[in-house]
Amino acid sequence: MVAASGGVPAFFRPARVIGRSTLAALRMVGGVAVFAVRGVVACFTPRWFPIQLLRQLIAIGFFSLPVVGLTAVFTGAALALNIYTGGGRFNAEQVMPQIVALGITRELGPVLAALMLAGRVSAAIAAEIGAMRATEQIDAMRTLSTDPFRYLVAPRLTAAVLALPLLTAVADIIGVAGGWLVAVRILDFNPTVYVRNTVSFIQGWDIGSGLIKAAVFGFIVALMGCYHGYNAKGGARGVGRATTHAVVSSAILIFASDYLLTTLFTAA
Amino acid sequence: MTDTPKLEWKGVKKRFDTAQVLDGLDLSVPAGRSLVIIGGSGQGKSVTIKVAMGLVRPDAGQVLVDGKDMIGMGGRARRELFSRIGVLFQGAALFDSLNVWENVAFRLINADGVPRKEAKDRAIQALARVRLGPEIANRFPSELSGGMQKRVGLARAVVANPEIIFFDEPTTGLDPITSAAINELIVDQVKDLGCTAVSITHDLASARTIGDEIAMLHGGKIVWRGPPSALDTSDNPYVRQFVDGRPDGPMSAAV
Repeated sequence: MVAASGGVPAFFRPARVIGRSTLAALRMVGGVAVFAVRGVVACFTPRWFPIQLLRQLIAIGFFSLPVVGLTAVFTGAALALNIYTGGGRFNAEQVMPQIVALGITRELGPVLAALMLAGRVSAAIAAEIGAMRATEQIDAMRTLSTDPFRYLVAPRLTAAVLALPLLTAVADIIGVAGGWLVAVRILDFNPTVYVRNTVSFIQGWDIGSGLIKAAVFGFIVALMGCYHGYNAKGGARGVGRATTHAVVSSAILIFASDYLLTTLFTAA
Repeated sequence: MTDTPKLEWKGVKKRFDTAQVLDGLDLSVPAGRSLVIIGGSGQGKSVTIKVAMGLVRPDAGQVLVDGKDMIGMGGRARRELFSRIGVLFQGAALFDSLNVWENVAFRLINADGVPRKEAKDRAIQALARVRLGPEIANRFPSELSGGMQKRVGLARAVVANPEIIFFDEPTTGLDPITSAAINELIVDQVKDLGCTAVSITHDLASARTIGDEIAMLHGGKIVWRGPPSALDTSDNPYVRQFVDGRPDGPMSAAV
């Protein structure tokens, strides 16, 4: 690759490359922020499209149940085995039910459910809206006096924010059940004692903080899907790129916001 | 009848990166007339109508509808303007996730608040106007041929009785017989509605059939305008090259 001026390869102009990358990153952050504000405004001001919201709740929430459930049960089971083995090194095997419950509700339930949604839902949203952009369907919608932010973006944002906490609640229950299954069937724990220990140890805030995280993650997943799909350019290739960017950026933002929220919650 | 054109572009400029696509475009369409814009690829035909549809914001100039500038209109005024226009997109731009009648009735249900039952009846009436039977109402766009998709797109464009209709390359990708049928439907619909029509096309047969007037766009400006009958007698070098389909002339081929 050769730069236009002076025939100097772009590789040897690090300041220019860094400058351009920084500007592009800032442009994207600004674009996402403006998009998010428009999306939130569309969620809270009429006109609303309840049928679209219902469709998205089913697509995002209901159809994600199997993948979230399977992820949770295996994670809970594996977590139980690991904690039992690790705890055995200092004779703390008996606290395994409490640690499994704490790990699932505060951290793994919301994060894993969100990551599954990033792969399944964010990609699907980006592909669908990107294809609509490429085939002028979004332009057509505007000429039909319908705001695409209200018809396409707001129902997806709302549905993801509502659905992910519910999915996380399901993941919490199934994840703990996965731990229980391993504990009872393999590690000879008493089933009743396991449940009693879990229930008596877990506090409302453990579950609540996980559900708050899940709502934030739901917003991120839907926002990234909508943003990258809505701004897709360049036909089929652009749609493919939008899908990849939606999944990658969702995953990174989920981990980053998880750390920030955990810091906030522990400080509080 | 007033002298105010139904639709007017005044000094419209639009640049994309280094390309000056529209360079002070002046063009007007009287009420009830059908104007066809022809021109080579990449000369700004699509941008011209997208500016008028409010989908692309020009760098300078005005687009007047009934004498009122629509550039910079707020949300409500813009929605009101959109309620007066219909568009047939190049690829029909039907919504994949909705069936045929829901596509046709999209504006009625989602913008005008018409109950679904009434909207469906009106959609089926609009489909009949483009010679499609009610049996296709529940099919999805992917189950239709290209010509049928164009007809559904036309039904969607006329269902709310618009005052202005835009046709973006209405016959592109269709065989000559289907093209002729679409042209005939366009002429019928424009006449029946008494609306103003603006079309862009490369297809001269289509331009001759659906246009009361033809304007030629080159270099971001109108370089010729006249009735369809004058196309073959015009000595304008751009028109001559375009009509004769010669690669050599004032217009360079966009290949």
